[in-house]
Amino acid sequence: MRTFTYYPGCTLRTKAKDLDRYARACAKALDISLEEPEEWQCCGGVYTTAHDEIATKLSAVRTLNSAKEKNTPLVTVCSACHNVIKQTNYDISHDAETASKVNNYMQLETPYLGETVVYHYLEMLRDVVGFDELAKKVTDPLTGKKIAAYYGCLLLRPSKALAMDDPENPHIIEDLIRAIGAEPVIYAQRNECCGGYMTMEDRSSAVKRSTAVVTSAAEMGADMIITACPLCLYNLKKNSQTELPVYYFTEVLAEALGVKEDS
Amino acid sequence: MDNKQKEQILRSSGVNVLKCMRCGKCTATCPNYEEMEYHPHEFVYMVEKGDLEKLMASQSIYRCLTCFACVERCPRGVEPAKLIEAVRLAAVHRQGENHIVPDDIPGMLDDDLPQQAIVSVFRKYTK
Ligand code: SF4
Ligand code: SF4
Repeated sequence: MRTFTYYPGCTLRTKAKDLDRYARACAKALDISLEEPEEWQCCGGVYTTAHDEIATKLSAVRTLNSAKEKNTPLVTVCSACHNVIKQTNYDISHDAETASKVNNYMQLETPYLGETVVYHYLEMLRDVVGFDELAKKVTDPLTGKKIAAYYGCLLLRPSKALAMDDPENPHIIEDLIRAIGAEPVIYAQRNECCGGYMTMEDRSSAVKRSTAVVTSAAEMGADMIITACPLCLYNLKKNSQTELPVYYFTEVLAEALGVKEDS
Repeated sequence: MDNKQKEQILRSSGVNVLKCMRCGKCTATCPNYEEMEYHPHEFVYMVEKGDLEKLMASQSIYRCLTCFACVERCPRGVEPAKLIEAVRLAAVHRQGENHIVPDDIPGMLDDDLPQQAIVSVFRKYTK
C-alpha cells in the first residue's frame, strides 16, 4: 500500500463529487491510500503569475507543506488544483523572491522550499501504478468504445512548471484509454481551451470554444469525451452546441476496474 | 506616472518585452483572439511603448482565458499572458475598480456551474 496526501479541492466537494468519489474508489482498488489533510482551503482556481502576488499563493503552499510534513507525495485530481499547486511549487523552487516572501509570511518552523513531489492522479497511474499493471487489474474492459481525451489547458501548460507530458502531443490519457481496453481518438482541439471561466463573463465566447472542441472530437468518430476538469466538463456539456457524452476519466476507470457500483 | 507603472508591470510579470520579434504567433494561437480588441502581441508592443492607459481601459484584459497557449508557444519565451495578467492587476487594483462584485454572481449561476468558475472569476477580476 502506497500513501499519498490527497487534495480534493472545493469543486470536488460540491459540483464534481463524481470526480472525487470514483478517484477514491479506484485508488482503493489499486492499493493506494489517499489521505486528505485535516484542513485545507480552496486553491483559488487559477494561478496568479504576478511575482508580487503572495497572498493568493498561500493556500497552495499550505497544502504542499502539509504533504511535506507527512513525508508523502501530494496528489490532486482536478486539473485546476493541479495547475495552481504545481505552478506555486515551481515558483517557490525557482524564484527566490517568491520563496522568501511566502516564508516570511508563513513563519513555518522549517521554511517550505518546494520539496514536495506533486502528482496529478493521471501521473500517479502512469508513474506509480504503471499502465501495464493497471491493465492487468481491469475486470470490465471498455472494448470497442472510442474515447476522446480532452486535456484542455490546465493539465499541460505551462509545460516547464507542469512537466506532465509533451504539451503539443500528449499521450498520457490515450495510454490510460488503451489500458482500460478502449480505443483513443486523436483530434485537433484536445489541448485547446474550452472557454474556461469566460462562461460567466461572456457565455457566447465559451459556446464558441466548447463547440469547436466537441465538434472536433465528434468529427474524428469519438463516442465520448473524458476530462479531469469540472469546468471543462461543464462547458463541454452545457455550452457546446454539439452533443457528445462527457465523463470524468475517474468514472470510466471505475467502470473498467469494476468498482463503479460500490463507490 | 506611466513610467513607474510600466516598471511595475514589467517587474511583477517578469516579462522582457524586448525579446519579442513581433512574429504574431501568440496572437495566432490565442483561442479568444476574436473577442479581444488588443491581442497578445499588441500587449507586448504597447507595454514596451508605455501605452498603458489604453490597455487598462480595454475589455481585452478580461477576455484572456489564462490558457497559457501563448506562453507555451511563443518562440522567444516572452510569455505574453503574464504581461496581460500584470496589466489587469494594475487596473483592478485601483480603488473601486473591481471588474465583478458579489452582487453580480447570483444572476450568473445555474445548478451545474462548478465553484471553480466562481473562484476563478474572483481571482481574475477582483483585488
Ligand atoms: S509569439 Fe512571442 S515573439 Fe512572437 S509576437 Fe508573440 S510575444 Fe512576440
Ligand atoms: S493565455 Fe490569454 S492571451 Fe494567451 S493564448 Fe490564452 S487566452 Fe490568449
